[in-house]
Amino acid sequence: MFITGSLKFFIMIGIVSRLFFLQVKENKKYLTLSDKNRIREWKLAPVRGEFHDYFGNVIAGNFEAYQLHLIPEQVEDFRYVIYRLKDLLELSDNEFKKVLKKKNEIKPWETLIVSDNLSWQKFSKINNHLYDLNGVKPVISISRNYPFKENFTHLIGYVSQANQDDIESTQAIKKNFVPGLKVGKVGLEKTFEEKLIGTNDIERYEVNAYGRRISQLEFQKGEKGKTLRLTIDTEVQKLANELLKDKAGSICVMDIYTGAVIAMHSSPSFDPNLFVFGIGQDDWQLIRNDPMKPLVNKTLQGNYSPGSTIKPIVALSALENGIVNTSFTVRCTGKTEMYGQIYHCWKKKGHGYVSLRNAMKQSCDTYFYEVARKLGVDKLSETAKKFGLGEKVFGDLFDIEKKGLIPNTQWKKNALGKGWLLGETIITGIGQGYIQTTPIQLCLMTAQIANGGYKIYPHIVVDDKVKDQPIDKFTPLYKNSKNIKIVQDAIFGSTNEVMGTSYRSRIDNPKYQFAGKTGTAQVKKITEEERELDLKTFQIPYEQRDHALYVAFGPYKNPRYALSVIVEHGGNGSTTAAPMATKLFRLIIDRHKIRESLRNKKYLEI
Amino acid sequence: MYQHTRLTTNRLGFFQKFRNFDYILLVCILLLGFISLATMYSTDGGEIKFHTKSHFTKLAVFTLMMLVMSFINIKYWFSIGYLAYVAVVGLLVGTYLFGITSSGSQRWINLYFINLQPSELMKIFIIVCLAKFFHRMKLENVNSIYTILTSLIIILLPMGLVIVQPDLGTAVLIAISGIAVLWFAGINYKYFIYTILGFIISLPFVIAFLKPYQKLRVLTFLNPDKDPLGAGYQIIQSKIAVGSGGIFGKGFLKGTQSYLEFLPEKHTDFIFTLFSEEFGFVGSAILLVIYAIIIYRIVAIGASSRSYFAKIFCYSFGAAIFVFITINMSMVLGLLPIVGSPLPIMSYGGSSMLATMIGFGIVMSARVHNQQLIA
Repeated sequence: MFITGSLKFFIMIGIVSRLFFLQVKENKKYLTLSDKNRIREWKLAPVRGEFHDYFGNVIAGNFEAYQLHLIPEQVEDFRYVIYRLKDLLELSDNEFKKVLKKKNEIKPWETLIVSDNLSWQKFSKINNHLYDLNGVKPVISISRNYPFKENFTHLIGYVSQANQDDIESTQAIKKNFVPGLKVGKVGLEKTFEEKLIGTNDIERYEVNAYGRRISQLEFQKGEKGKTLRLTIDTEVQKLANELLKDKAGSICVMDIYTGAVIAMHSSPSFDPNLFVFGIGQDDWQLIRNDPMKPLVNKTLQGNYSPGSTIKPIVALSALENGIVNTSFTVRCTGKTEMYGQIYHCWKKKGHGYVSLRNAMKQSCDTYFYEVARKLGVDKLSETAKKFGLGEKVFGDLFDIEKKGLIPNTQWKKNALGKGWLLGETIITGIGQGYIQTTPIQLCLMTAQIANGGYKIYPHIVVDDKVKDQPIDKFTPLYKNSKNIKIVQDAIFGSTNEVMGTSYRSRIDNPKYQFAGKTGTAQVKKITEEERELDLKTFQIPYEQRDHALYVAFGPYKNPRYALSVIVEHGGNGSTTAAPMATKLFRLIIDRHKIRESLRNKKYLEI
Repeated sequence: MYQHTRLTTNRLGFFQKFRNFDYILLVCILLLGFISLATMYSTDGGEIKFHTKSHFTKLAVFTLMMLVMSFINIKYWFSIGYLAYVAVVGLLVGTYLFGITSSGSQRWINLYFINLQPSELMKIFIIVCLAKFFHRMKLENVNSIYTILTSLIIILLPMGLVIVQPDLGTAVLIAISGIAVLWFAGINYKYFIYTILGFIISLPFVIAFLKPYQKLRVLTFLNPDKDPLGAGYQIIQSKIAVGSGGIFGKGFLKGTQSYLEFLPEKHTDFIFTLFSEEFGFVGSAILLVIYAIIIYRIVAIGASSRSYFAKIFCYSFGAAIFVFITINMSMVLGLLPIVGSPLPIMSYGGSSMLATMIGFGIVMSARVHNQQLIA
């Protein structure tokens, strides 16, 4: 009796002490475990920050998308409701199948998104039939909208459903992820993802062991993403889009002192709104298979031979290195023989005796062959690189940006394992051969010549305070400022004097007067027979036509803006690209005053 | 004179019997019944639903039955000892042959008006039977081979029938009830020591014969965090529920773990978890005290009984109840593997309550007729 009694006593003590251990000593631990069990957070998609242009116009905003949700569990007769919806929404068989597939993938108490972007008509139609559609919820949800459609596609990019890669590569996406979250896929939307994304609204619910919500405990409002203001002028951008309509090419415009990009457009473009709710197969194929390659951002990704637009740099380099002076002349007979090879000038009859200014004005190739020969490719490449060629203009801002290529002897040895040929120097002098530049680089080059030869750093985002201003901003890129003046004057002649290559595109009004250099980049080597034929542009097959280029700055008296125009297979720089500059400068300079009035104000007060 | 006194004291009037009641025990049982009803009400989510109603009905009927049993002379319970045992063994055989299968084991038998789990009844009737067996046995016979073998057969027969259901947990509990009787009957300590040694030696072989799910339970008990959503789920969730209760508990009807259905089997084996979550350490300690008083009263009644049968029954029944409580609580507190044993009175389940109440009825009868000698 004593044994059993004391045994019972000790066992009782054991149980009590176990209870004490769990409930008193370890209480905190189990309390948190119990809360973790019962409290579940629901994150809602954050509201994305907007993009505004310089004047505060919304160029990428949010709109209220009309959506239709239903929770399968709350629907009494799912088959009836879903077929009824199919009729009302006029869903195609394909879309309908997708909805059914989605339904099978989710838990019965999770939300099934039947349609994520309904028209107002259909949305109101559904609302009228709600009495008959138990469990169907019309929802207004915030979604991305690009009001200017194809105008900003390459610059801003677009958003679309986040995929696994997006989640893994970006911390902010991982943190804020909710099913159906839209994230930036290309362009600035992608670059500034972390700023734009905002934070989730969080709903805390008490749930049971099966994850079903029992009651809402808390609602925590998320923050909207940061709104980014760009340096872009929508009017100029729209004009650029208009000018390049049905053409492949690029236009960019830049403030030559601040480096602010006023417009940057690549054509052809496409409507980014198509991607927001997932692009349809037909639309996608149309964009993907377009021979003009709308998916390529030509401004940043297009590596083009600069053609004659490189001539200002060649001339500058020669002047700087003391190879030539203003009185140096070359006789152009239409062709010249060097190192056993014949090099043609674009003008068959030749230009006669030309000095630097005349050679630039008429874009005489023979002159620049000779200058390049005397200068040598290494010195040329040094100057070209100084002025921003062969280097990413925006640094890390766009992951797709290409560097272009400024060749020199060292490069050829390293990359191709061959020695540099002198003939290659000669064609580099007129921007052919290995040399490749992007349109934005040409624009920057022109801007830095136009501002008197000072370094600038192009940027697109206004509020994105450049934390530490580069110390070499506005450091001179020249040895002698006179040389810059000489080149500027030569370019001026090219546009504003008789015989100039873009004389027909000039504006005489000094308010708008600009200076520009044409360029015509061959896409293939011209054979002797073809040279004899002397075909007009429209007689050549599209893919073999020359690229038309134009770089310019203005107003000439007191320059503020530089631009570059490239029209792929546009034929001749002076007939295709230069006239666009005329239209652009009229608008840019008209807009300048409005822009200036806003310089220190955040938004225009109307 | 002596005879005369005995005869007069044997014949008790109705009111005398009433006065002889152990009111402390009765109050404790009623209190426990009330607590169990309240807890059952909480498992139903604070509404009077199926479990609460059913539990109330059973509680009322079986309490009444216990009271009626108290008025019946302990002699009668002695006389039906073997018969009851044989009847329950019969039911076990019946279960084996025509039982109802649910969740993988055949534990229930349909008796037309009630579904019964005979193995639960066996926990009590094996005590009645063995107590009768050892009643008035001469001390020198207690440790004879014949006695030991017979009692072992009495224990092993129902055990075997329960193991084949299969329900190892209940079989072990039946064995414990039987062994308790052997212990109090005065069987030599060395036999117990031999048995324990023999058990330890044969343990590896026993494990080899265990069913996969039984092995899993043991392994899970040793390390519940290994598979927190699978086999370890019950233990982990139960510990979380108890632990989060704290000193004073989350309050009646406010146990989140059980209310949100994280607790499995909350009506039956894990009822103590729910109680402990809602009433905390203090509540659980009070519940333990009530159980302790009940056991103490049972043992005290045994001590005050004149008949050997009543003594052995009370001691053994007290020990068995104690073991049932200990095993259930240790299980939900993560001290023992999950064996599936209900908490007497508290747990939902008719057979278990019927058996417990029969036990209390006999104890109460022993108390009322404590001067009764049995020939």
